[in-house]
Amino acid sequence: MPTVNLEIQKKGTMSKAKEKSAKKRVAEEDDDQFPIFDKDIAEKENLEDEDDLSDSDESVFSGLEDSGSDSEEDGEGDEDGDDEDEDCAIISDEILKNDTVAETSAKPTATVKNTSKHQDEKLESAGKKNIKKGKGIVMEDGGEKGLTTTFQGLTTTLPADEYDQDTSDEEDVRNTVGNIPMEWYQDYPHIGYDLDGKKIFKPIRNKDELDEFLDKMENPDYWRTVHDKTTASDIRLSDEQVDLVHRLQKGQFGDASFNEYEPSVDFFTNEVMIHPVTNRPQDKRSFIPSLIEKQKVSKMVHAIKMGWIKPRKPKETTPQYYDLWAKEDPNAILGRHKMHVPAPKMRLPGHEESYNPPPEYLLTEEERLAWEQQDPEDRKLPFLPQKHSCLRAVPAFSRFIHERFERCLDLYLCPRQRKMRVNVNPEDLIPKLPKPKDLQPFPTTMSLVYRGHTSLVRSISASPTGQWLVSGSDDCTVRFWEVNTGRCLKTLEVGGAVKGVAWNPNPAVCLVAVCFESTVLLLNPALGDRLVVGATDQLITSYEPPEEDKEQAVTWALSEGPEHDKGHRLTLTHPKGVKQVVWHGKGDYLSSVMPDNTSNLQVLIHQVSKRRTQNPFRKNKGLVQCVSFHPLRPYFFVATQRCVRVYNLIKQELTKKLTANCKWISSMAIHPGGDNLICGSYDCRLAWFDLDLSTKPYKMLRHHKKALRGVAYHKHYPLFASGADDGSVIVCHGMVYNDLLQNPLIVPVKVLRGHQITHDLGVLDVTFHPTQPWVFSSGADATIRLFT
Amino acid sequence: MGGLQKKKYERGSATNYITRNKARKKLQLSLADFRRLCILKGIYPHEPKHKKKVNKGSTAPRTFYLLKDIRFLLHEPIVRKFREYKVFVRKLRKAYGKAEWTGVERLRDNKPGYKLDHIIKERYPTFVDALRDIDDALSMCFLFSTFARTGKCHVQTITLCRRLSVEWMNYIIASRSLKKVFLSIKGIYYQAEVLGQVITWLVPYQFAHDHPTDVDYRVMATFTEMYTTLLGFVNFRLYQTLNLVYPPKVSQSLSQPWVKHILNKLSALSASLARVVATAEEEENQMDQFPTEGDQENLEAREKEQKEQEAHKRLFEGLKFFLNREVPRESLAFILRCFGAEVSWDQSLCIGGTYDVTDESITHQIVDRPNMDKQYINRYYIQPQWVFDTVNAKMLLPVEDYFIGVTLPPHLSPFVEEKDGDYVPPEKLKLMALQRGEKPDDDDDDDDDEEEEEEEDDDDGDDDELTEERNLKKMENQRAQGKTLAVKVTPGKVRPWETGSVGNRVRLEQEEKAEEKRLAIMMMKKKEKYLYDKIMFGKKRTVREANKLTAKRKAHEDASKAEKKAKKQ
Repeated sequence: MPTVNLEIQKKGTMSKAKEKSAKKRVAEEDDDQFPIFDKDIAEKENLEDEDDLSDSDESVFSGLEDSGSDSEEDGEGDEDGDDEDEDCAIISDEILKNDTVAETSAKPTATVKNTSKHQDEKLESAGKKNIKKGKGIVMEDGGEKGLTTTFQGLTTTLPADEYDQDTSDEEDVRNTVGNIPMEWYQDYPHIGYDLDGKKIFKPIRNKDELDEFLDKMENPDYWRTVHDKTTASDIRLSDEQVDLVHRLQKGQFGDASFNEYEPSVDFFTNEVMIHPVTNRPQDKRSFIPSLIEKQKVSKMVHAIKMGWIKPRKPKETTPQYYDLWAKEDPNAILGRHKMHVPAPKMRLPGHEESYNPPPEYLLTEEERLAWEQQDPEDRKLPFLPQKHSCLRAVPAFSRFIHERFERCLDLYLCPRQRKMRVNVNPEDLIPKLPKPKDLQPFPTTMSLVYRGHTSLVRSISASPTGQWLVSGSDDCTVRFWEVNTGRCLKTLEVGGAVKGVAWNPNPAVCLVAVCFESTVLLLNPALGDRLVVGATDQLITSYEPPEEDKEQAVTWALSEGPEHDKGHRLTLTHPKGVKQVVWHGKGDYLSSVMPDNTSNLQVLIHQVSKRRTQNPFRKNKGLVQCVSFHPLRPYFFVATQRCVRVYNLIKQELTKKLTANCKWISSMAIHPGGDNLICGSYDCRLAWFDLDLSTKPYKMLRHHKKALRGVAYHKHYPLFASGADDGSVIVCHGMVYNDLLQNPLIVPVKVLRGHQITHDLGVLDVTFHPTQPWVFSSGADATIRLFT
Repeated sequence: MGGLQKKKYERGSATNYITRNKARKKLQLSLADFRRLCILKGIYPHEPKHKKKVNKGSTAPRTFYLLKDIRFLLHEPIVRKFREYKVFVRKLRKAYGKAEWTGVERLRDNKPGYKLDHIIKERYPTFVDALRDIDDALSMCFLFSTFARTGKCHVQTITLCRRLSVEWMNYIIASRSLKKVFLSIKGIYYQAEVLGQVITWLVPYQFAHDHPTDVDYRVMATFTEMYTTLLGFVNFRLYQTLNLVYPPKVSQSLSQPWVKHILNKLSALSASLARVVATAEEEENQMDQFPTEGDQENLEAREKEQKEQEAHKRLFEGLKFFLNREVPRESLAFILRCFGAEVSWDQSLCIGGTYDVTDESITHQIVDRPNMDKQYINRYYIQPQWVFDTVNAKMLLPVEDYFIGVTLPPHLSPFVEEKDGDYVPPEKLKLMALQRGEKPDDDDDDDDDEEEEEEEDDDDGDDDELTEERNLKKMENQRAQGKTLAVKVTPGKVRPWETGSVGNRVRLEQEEKAEEKRLAIMMMKKKEKYLYDKIMFGKKRTVREANKLTAKRKAHEDASKAEKKAKKQ
């Protein structure tokens, strides 16, 4: 087989040589043609570039030639190859000289390895390209000399005899100036040198444009005349040459006798040849064992014998285990381990994870649907409980690998934090308070219900003796009740819904203030001691009007006739609607509230004995909710929406401003000691102020569920009560100590219920019995209730 | 004031933590390598107490590592191995690209590897630490050992996992430390107590896995790498404590001499293991009597407990089991042998079966099929759940409920420990009664009847008023008829809350106390009230859930009863 190889090799080189020559041809021809071709256009640089390129190409080729022909070839073959190479070179030169149109525009390509076939194809394509140009030339343009000149070579040497006389000596060379741009000789009279070194002079050309034109017109062979640059002469193409040009233009082979469709001989077939391609006998060295190899082998054998070379051990793949904790030292724990938070173990499965769980753990249809609609993160159970009748029916759990993977992720990605979970016993959170039992007395049960009113009872007030109770309602009546029996002693119709009632706290006077619309009515109910009643009437009638009549904010009118019989004594007509009336502790002064956001006329203080009225405030400091007199000192409390102002009436100045941390104060009560104050608010809070302590609430109680409407202190007992819209009255023990250092003790002692909630209103007013630990409450259900 | 200006975030917690990316840069590792390192070394992110401070004022979500941890990683020799491996991969790729096959071979032979021994020692300084953390390792190894050899991971890993898990099971058998088993829908849970540590692991059912695509097997493989190393060392140590040879050897030669591979022999779980010292067969470790006077009761209790444990270990001793082909052989053989039973199975199923179906001395045959054609009279044919329930109950349960074709009683989780207030399924109550030694009630039907009767009684009690009213109505009707009537005054019933009886007083007291509490709650501070409300909410929720379960159970029972009645008729 080596011979065959050789042959192939040779073939290879042959083809290579051919191809290379073709390349060279292309390249050189370029050198030749370009300058002529674009004589006017091309610049010198460009030319040089082209030169360079061709050079480099050549070098590449030569290099390849060497590499192709060295190595494995015999001497003989080498020689052959060389010879042939040379031949090729020569041939190519010739071709170059007598070049064809075909290659004119073929550009030097960088591809090195091309088979002969390839080359053919290229030629063909080049020819095709030229067809267009050629037409242009032939038909009309004589100016394109570049193309026409190329035909010249064809006249001298024809491809037929080219190979017959195969020497360069016999070549008919007229101009031996060499391969240089012909424009270098432009300015000279000669165009080059012949073999003897004599100048070849340019033919005398006296043809000008006109001659040229005439020639074109008259000469029938003009179309087949080309200009040879090297000799600067015109050549007339023979018929064969014209034929060749035509053929090339058509894209046919130049050689008319060339058969394009020869049967192809497949050199490298899959069929195994039984005979060698060459008859060359095998080399001797192919029979004789190699000496060098023998030496190498013997060296290795020696090394193995001496134990220098050992066979490679197969790598241990199975891990080796040993007693890792043989010398365990529990103290040698790294510092890092102090911060170590061990991963929590997996949660252990419950009954619902069983393959056969009790029936109550299975999800119902709705639960299952809800489970499916939930996000996987929100689900309480990460799986659906299922029941299988026997073990063989249990399928594989599809999310097994997922769950294990999630565990892995948790182990290395989840941030860990040590959380101290304090186990609080909820009982410990409840404050330890004295037992309500120990704080008795306080009202515990509802004992009486005073029925009679037909609409909500806005206000109630107890007489200072504790025997009577007065109530004002939205049904425009004021009713007087006997506390102990629940009997309604008197009913008085007034001209509007009663907003507030207040019994004069002075036991020596029997007078009740009632406010409705813009009127404050002072009534003498004529209940109780005759003497007191009489004294009261006398007190009112004994009034003597002063000399100079001062203009007052309200008009005082004395009631007479049937009204007097009904009990009306004095009528104070206010400019605006009155919401609340309040007596001073002594019973001579009376204050009325006319809530109004726009004027300073909101609060008026009346003196009954002198029938005098004054407006204490010059400025409007917000909507006044309620007012109150200090039980002992000349202080006056005014509650606006969010704060309570305390005024000194003698000094006529603001002494304190208490901010209740609530949105809207509804009611207010002053501790009989005068140092404490409670405020109920519509946002369910009750604030206890200790006036000596701070202007902020000492305690906020949020024990009502709805808006507070009324608050009250007991006169003697440490009790206070609050009524709210949730229908409950909460009674608290509020002990105030004489010791200033001890804070008041507040303990809720009883939640009293009884009032029905009507129109979202529950308890509207609460008040304590003046002597007993009893509390009255009036509600929106038109009843008054007594809790004892 | 002199001194340097104090800058924010240059001291305190901000300096103790490091973000993941910074840590990665510090270690000069790729993210994948960093993750692998974290997995192997057991480094995990920490949640700082004040995240905003640590995050330098930003609230962007970041994971933080302890700076100390990362510094500690800096000196890890494995990091160098990672880099070597990276270089190796690069070289290999290059050799491949150049088609240098000898080079590829040479590189392959010198593939850099690393060992995790030192890491295991470092992560678990004591053996007990390692045992405490072995749950996940076991679950993972058991999972990997069930993988098919289809390229999800290396075949060596799978075989190694299989070997280690089989060794572990053999150890559990030899030490008889299995405590609880549970058949869940996910797989089979086992719980064992090894050297005082409670270890739980989960084994999937023997099915082919359909591998999910959204699981990163590299992460799993890294974990497995660590876990196999850990489990190997733990196994070695455990075998040493029992004086067993490691790697394990089967003591008596099996009847099948052609089975060469030791792993196959071991995985049959039928042979006992070879010991280092052959004589030390069984040591009865008697508890020493400590002369403690005060804790006499305590001591007795402990002794009793010990005895119970011993009895539990010998639960199946003396019984001879035969496993049918359709039952999961491995798990059942494992459990039965853990409690001292003799087990065998069909020769075609697996090697290691010691006796045949025809053996007359077999006491129980475990079957999981609707019926059997040929049955032996002197043995029980039971379903596999009996074994599991018996182990959990720590006593031999009556076999009647578990016969072939019988509807099985529910299988309860042994891991649930009910606190008071939690829902306890009635089956558990029944079981507890059995354990206390009480005779179970007669048949279910009787139970039902009794219940019904009781219910009727209850109805009567409730309907007292109704009957009274009815009587009154009757009387009225009679009167309306205008006939002469013997008017009778019947003594009225005294309602308990109307009298001043003891019960009444108690009730009053209770009410008082409740009110007291209510009033005190009103005086709670806002913060405490919130906490209190939360705790109470949680309590109420548990109660609600328990109630829901009870209601469901009742509804189910009513439905089944109705069905039964319908069938009877």
